[in-house]
Amino acid sequence: MPTPTKPSQQISDAIRAAQSQDRPALVAFLTGGFPEPDHFHELLCKVADVSDVVEIGVPFSDPMADGLTIQRSSRAALAKGISLKWILNTLQSAKQKPKAPILLMSYLNPLLAFGFDKLPQAARMAGVSGFIVPDLPHEESDAIQTALHAEGLALIQMVTPVTPAERLAMLCKSAEGFVYAVTMTGTTGKQVATPNEILRYMDSVRAASNVPVCAGFGIRTREQVQAIKGHADGMVVGSALVEVLERGEDPIKFLKDLK
Amino acid sequence: MSTFEKSLDAKALLANVLSDRYPDERGRFGPFGGSYIPETLVPALNRLKEGVKRYLHDKEFQTEYQAELRDWIGRPTALTHARTLSKRWGCELWLKREDLAHTGAHKINNSIGQVLLAKKLGAKRVIAETGAGQHGVASAAACARIGLPCTVYMGAVDMERQAPNVGRMKLLGATVVPVTSGDKTLRAAVDEALRDWVTDPNGTYYCLGSAIGPHPYPYLVRELQSIIGREAREQMLQRTGSLPDVAIACVGGGSNAIGLFYPFVKDTQVQLIGIEAGGTGTGLGQNAASLAYGKPGVLQGCYSMLLQDENGQIQETHSVSAGLDYPGVGPEHALLQAAGRVSYEGIEDDDALNALEECCAAEGILPAIESSHALAGARRYAKNNPGKKILIGLSGRGDKDMPTLQRTLLVGKI
Repeated sequence: MPTPTKPSQQISDAIRAAQSQDRPALVAFLTGGFPEPDHFHELLCKVADVSDVVEIGVPFSDPMADGLTIQRSSRAALAKGISLKWILNTLQSAKQKPKAPILLMSYLNPLLAFGFDKLPQAARMAGVSGFIVPDLPHEESDAIQTALHAEGLALIQMVTPVTPAERLAMLCKSAEGFVYAVTMTGTTGKQVATPNEILRYMDSVRAASNVPVCAGFGIRTREQVQAIKGHADGMVVGSALVEVLERGEDPIKFLKDLK
Repeated sequence: MSTFEKSLDAKALLANVLSDRYPDERGRFGPFGGSYIPETLVPALNRLKEGVKRYLHDKEFQTEYQAELRDWIGRPTALTHARTLSKRWGCELWLKREDLAHTGAHKINNSIGQVLLAKKLGAKRVIAETGAGQHGVASAAACARIGLPCTVYMGAVDMERQAPNVGRMKLLGATVVPVTSGDKTLRAAVDEALRDWVTDPNGTYYCLGSAIGPHPYPYLVRELQSIIGREAREQMLQRTGSLPDVAIACVGGGSNAIGLFYPFVKDTQVQLIGIEAGGTGTGLGQNAASLAYGKPGVLQGCYSMLLQDENGQIQETHSVSAGLDYPGVGPEHALLQAAGRVSYEGIEDDDALNALEECCAAEGILPAIESSHALAGARRYAKNNPGKKILIGLSGRGDKDMPTLQRTLLVGKI
């Protein structure tokens, strides 16, 4: 029997599979339990059908790296009682499994409250492949990394346009799954242009990294996707997708149109 | 007792505290502190760390800083013997008068130091958060003095209850941005200031107002505020011939308290008491007493004691005082509590307001509602420990609190 692929490897594989179809991978972001807790898992599976990786945001009371849209969706989800426990339970108990690898995006405190001793196993049981923790820089990540590695889960590393070259090399070297290249300084969700300096930055991240590189923060339009294509292996679409859900529009059509 | 609490060896922590080993190289105060920030801010914080190392104890910087403390802020601030309250409470009560510092509170000690540092680091603009408005006013004034543009984030709730300070900030040339996200108080203002900083980490200097946040802020703020305790210690020795039996200060994020306590930490005969906002009761959401009722966790850059629920969501807090209305506390206070060097107690809203009224009538001093928590704490201490020599950190003046006082103490009187 072949050894099952490590969850962190599944993420890289999913992104590379999209590349082999000559298109950038699509990493779709949903806020956990948003807009409707009862239909969330159904939505997740539909989104997973048209994406290569899905990120589920664990709502947090103080999302300091997020712009207005994700602040709003987090607050709405919290008001409906969504928690990390709820998300893991929902994923684990659902009969239908999403077709794309699942990442959890969470600020550190909900993970601490859940307990690093229990988190990796619970995440693995729920079918989660890895974590993105926006307020956890590399220097503070030993404890969680050790815990996640015990279950083969990835801790996705972010890099930014202001990351110095030496640090970029260090971060990319230890990256797992993919490198999350933030396309701008700022919070999530703002419209970002794709000037040449951003493309050059993406190229430098790719050159430093052994795992795929996905661009995120401010990706909204097909034009942006086209411009970044060739400079990144994938794109993260977050706030724009949440806004589509807020407006009650069809998220599947939106994602398909981006591709 | 949680496994976390068991893992703390109070004796070992205390030994390290008394030999001044914190923060360590990683910005830790024992298990607390650290630097939990988005990757975008890592280079900016590294530059700040370098800047602090290079300038803070540099002779030229200190000369400039000391001159501003003396000639612009009016330091040293007075130590006042509270004659009437001493008699009434059966103790010997001394007030360290930070209310007499320029702009009316201790906050200015930190702001002028950080804005000087910002200038040295080549920042093009300064941002700050504010709760009671005192740090906002202090930062606006310091920026005007040093010549840098200033933007202050202030919760919409706080703008209403501290309205006089909003006008002052505007007169001092600052842009005041109302924060309507989150709980619309100090914590939301910090979140919003961090979001601003993430947007321009190279050109912007974030002048954080309390001993909270990622390393090196808790250390930097302590160093800049320790002038309070150093002056008070010397003044007590000069005026009374000995150290106080106890020093008491109010704690929100904890900048004035750490400033008062730090120079006394090694004087183990001096008892240190921090007073948190007890609000209207002991339930979650009724107070802002993170050390009394909190659990350890990470908020806004550091690992410390937080008021949070079982899912790690930060809870909304309540205090009549905007400056204490914060669900976390500086990591060094969490350490000093764990080490058993400082004890932390709560004082409820009504008790603080009552002490404010008493201080006005007895001493001719209108203290800030924040500082009145320390006064009420001292009154309770004196009742249980008669005849002691008590030093209070009177962190600020109460003029800014008039809108709140008109809705509370002054109802039916004017």
